[in-house]
Amino acid sequence: MKPAAFEYHAPESIDDVVGLLAEHGDEAKPLAGGQSLVPMLALRLARFEHVVDLNRVPALAGIERADGAVAVGAMTRQAELERSDAAAAVPLLGLAAPLIGHFQIRNRGTVGGSIAHADPAGELPSIALALDAELDVASTSGTRTVAAPELFAGTWETTLAPEELLTRVRFPVWPDRSGFAVEEVARRYGDFALAGVACGVELDADGGVVRAAIALLGLGSMPLRASAAEDAIVGRVPSAEDLTEIGRLAIADVDPPTDIHASGEYRGAVGAHVVARGLEAALARAAA
Amino acid sequence: MNELPLSFVANGVPHRAFVEPRKTLADCLREDCGLTGTHLGCEHGVCGACTVLVDGVAVRSCLMFAVQVEGAEITTVEGLAAEGELGPVQRAFRDEHGLQCGFCTPGFVVTAHAYLAEHPDPTRDEILEALSGNLCRCTGYQGIVRAVERAAATMRDGIT
Repeated sequence: MKPAAFEYHAPESIDDVVGLLAEHGDEAKPLAGGQSLVPMLALRLARFEHVVDLNRVPALAGIERADGAVAVGAMTRQAELERSDAAAAVPLLGLAAPLIGHFQIRNRGTVGGSIAHADPAGELPSIALALDAELDVASTSGTRTVAAPELFAGTWETTLAPEELLTRVRFPVWPDRSGFAVEEVARRYGDFALAGVACGVELDADGGVVRAAIALLGLGSMPLRASAAEDAIVGRVPSAEDLTEIGRLAIADVDPPTDIHASGEYRGAVGAHVVARGLEAALARAAA
Repeated sequence: MNELPLSFVANGVPHRAFVEPRKTLADCLREDCGLTGTHLGCEHGVCGACTVLVDGVAVRSCLMFAVQVEGAEITTVEGLAAEGELGPVQRAFRDEHGLQCGFCTPGFVVTAHAYLAEHPDPTRDEILEALSGNLCRCTGYQGIVRAVERAAATMRDGIT
């Protein structure tokens, strides 16, 4: 299949991008890395009169350390997360990057594109949710900040208006004695995960958990925060049995989708397992 | 038809074309440049047959629009070796029976070429991971994996 015809725009500044988005509203779509949008256009799952290419806007790319966070420009390629020294302060970025598609996909796919695409099985949306990342959003009315939990509205849906552009994502840096993990089960390396988790724990001097973040991927219509499981692990020095129980708790309230790849019931069982495994790895890294 | 002028370099040769914005880079290479070594399997980013290098980086050419490579340098499978010769990855695919029908081969060869340039001494597991974005329906992959192992070894020995 080939995409339907569209008018192509290649602006070179954020002002020009948001100007075009304001002019064309929901008839326009920003094109980031294109690794999700172009297939959707080719399969005619989506069509737009105007495609606004972000690839010639240098101000949208780059990773920098700023104010207790790592700020990642929306057009930063996913492959950059694997080799960036600045991104290393947020270990979840480097842990997740190798799991995003295949290396040819990561060479082109972007951090902002993945988050704005809001695939429920996407790694980066889950990390944004787990870490309460802050998203900088621009429009002709100015800029605003959106907290990650306020962004996701459903499968491939966000609360951003068609006139708005995600420009930068700020991932908070956690203190020392923190550990993180991304665990997922997929049928093939690089495929969408049947179920997965992005998680982090922060320990006190005695090895007790003082903070936990658990975000589930592939288990609902959007990335999900497992708040009850987070509450259950905080204040404890969890045993292996505790982690199994916390894994079960994490999926207690989710209703995973059933499709040709897996039943919802199976996804839930896998989800409980990957949460326990992810927390175990995160705890080990935090204590190291 | 809303066609835009386009110029880029493919395998060292400057190309000019007029293309509709919706035309993929893969279609442009095949139809406007005559570089039919780049194959299209799925046309939506799953099979990897259309892998090319854009400014030295391996990407799926069915997931880029041709208008996006204005001013860029593209390398296709035809550009990996001198005319009439085989490069080390191509030779290894031949020697290890890394192809049968050959449809997926250009994508595998470009992928392996790009991967080995950055990872000259990969483990077998790393090779499997690097090839995971390319589909082959004939070989069962074993010959392809051996070919990449052999190519890595010959390239480490300085044979080009």
